Amino acid sequence: MTVQDSGYTFAYLDEATKRMIRRALLKAVAIPGYQVPFASREMPMPYGWGTGGVQLTAACLTPGDVLKVIDQGADDTTNAVSIRSFFARVAGIATTEATAEATIIQTRHRIPETPLTEDQILVFQVPIPEPLRFLEPRETETRRMHALADYGLMQVRLYEDIARHGAITRAYAYPVRVEGRYVMDPSPIPRFDNPKLDRSAALMLFGAGREQRIHALPPWTRVESLDFEDYPFEASRPDAPCALCGATDSYLDEVITDDAGGRMFVCSDTDHCAGRRAAGHRGASTETGA
Amino acid sequence: MTDGTDIRRNDGAGDAKSFKGFCQEFSKIPGPGGEAPPLLRVSGLTRRYGACIGCAEVGFDLWPGEVMGIVGESGSGKSTLLACLAGHLAPDAGQVLWRDRDGRTRDVLTMSEPERRMLARTDWAFVHQNPRDGLRMGVSAGGNVGERLMAVGARHYGRIRATAADWLGRVEIDPGRIDDAPHRFSGGMQQRLQIARNLVTHPRLVLMDEPTGGLDVSVQARLLDLLRGLVREMGLSAVVVTHDLAVVRLLAHRLMVMKDGRVVEAGLTDQVLDDPQHPYTQLLVSSVLQV
Repeated sequence: MTVQDSGYTFAYLDEATKRMIRRALLKAVAIPGYQVPFASREMPMPYGWGTGGVQLTAACLTPGDVLKVIDQGADDTTNAVSIRSFFARVAGIATTEATAEATIIQTRHRIPETPLTEDQILVFQVPIPEPLRFLEPRETETRRMHALADYGLMQVRLYEDIARHGAITRAYAYPVRVEGRYVMDPSPIPRFDNPKLDRSAALMLFGAGREQRIHALPPWTRVESLDFEDYPFEASRPDAPCALCGATDSYLDEVITDDAGGRMFVCSDTDHCAGRRAAGHRGASTETGA
Repeated sequence: MTDGTDIRRNDGAGDAKSFKGFCQEFSKIPGPGGEAPPLLRVSGLTRRYGACIGCAEVGFDLWPGEVMGIVGESGSGKSTLLACLAGHLAPDAGQVLWRDRDGRTRDVLTMSEPERRMLARTDWAFVHQNPRDGLRMGVSAGGNVGERLMAVGARHYGRIRATAADWLGRVEIDPGRIDDAPHRFSGGMQQRLQIARNLVTHPRLVLMDEPTGGLDVSVQARLLDLLRGLVREMGLSAVVVTHDLAVVRLLAHRLMVMKDGRVVEAGLTDQVLDDPQHPYTQLLVSSVLQV
């Protein structure tokens, strides 16, 4: 079915809305890490399913783009499949599961393992863009704290973590400081992915639909994870190789395989894992079986 | 006999006169700082609430190492004055001149917000009457004390924690309770924790709003002892607002008495309390319950 047949404007949103979002995007790129308010629209999906990311993708798509959508690293989960088919229908664009082929990648909670290039845009779905939300509930006050770079409280939270648990236990949505200025919530990506934010070649856009905020990291932006001198940031991953492809440097999902406590660790990035298996890499569960 | 009485009377009159003269002279001497200019120079500070007066035309100088007490009944403008000094309220008129560590004089009221916040977490401290207003109740005692350090850039966990433990000890809280949340502390401990949290960055000026309010007398006495020790040891300057004359008698070098938003009497604490001149001050002093 072509776009004309679908009866929708290209990429679903009307042109005025896309222009409004692009304006907010330009501002967000101009002030890395700063949360720009925008007039988020109702989308044909519930809040929390990526309404923010979908709007940014719609505003960025051009007819020649190739779209990849991942949900927790996987191309084949409900959310990823339906968003991909949504844009194939309302924009008539090509879709792919291969990271290297995509020009726009919409993601929920992961950054692909394959290094991104300057020709790619990564769009994040963000549930809560405000890193200070659970420290200071008043939005008026958090905005003032951002304006004055008053981030002592964020550090107090990390201090509390170490005091209670002996280490910074924050495993996802680990706060970062952008270009030495704004403290930003990188959306709930595992902290394993935080180093990939730093000086990334690809443009990174963050959209929070329900919260009506957009923030962005232009290519090659300096992004530091907050930490203490004597408790430096560590990107953590399960201490095991992928059971399917044997990778020891990728982020892993723990999969429960039976009711007897059986489990296996597999790559969270399905495209990365499939690519490695196609290249002949084997993990513990595929060596004998397949 | 008659001569004796006369002499005695003369002596008495002479004493009173010379003592009063001495006090007047003494109050002009620039405090314990000697020749140094005042740390804080407040002039013409006025704040109105619509047609009502919060405080009007208040002015005073505060020298390094000096503690100024402000007393008065409820609604006399004490807390308004303190809030204006601290930047919590914007006054309608007046100047608050502050001499910073580099010896420059700055008007606190015309400072930019980032500068004022920086001042508020380094050189200034504010002790609230209710520790709940000055503490983060969900954050451990160590985190509470460490917050100001982290806000000014401390990023070494071990050193922050060591400093916090040291300060807990100095305010007589068992350092073993460093990871307890303040809501598990008694009222007196919470107030001491608030003081530790404020003094950890070695401020030069402490503003205190009824620091002993709501505490029972034995706890009050220990807190006052502690405050007196810290003020002396660290050479702090302080402005203490209270309605408790005993507190100013113990803590303050000088005293201002406020009524209806205006300062009605000011002078050395002992002078004002022992020889009150203004009718309101006389009433205030005579109203203190004797045990």
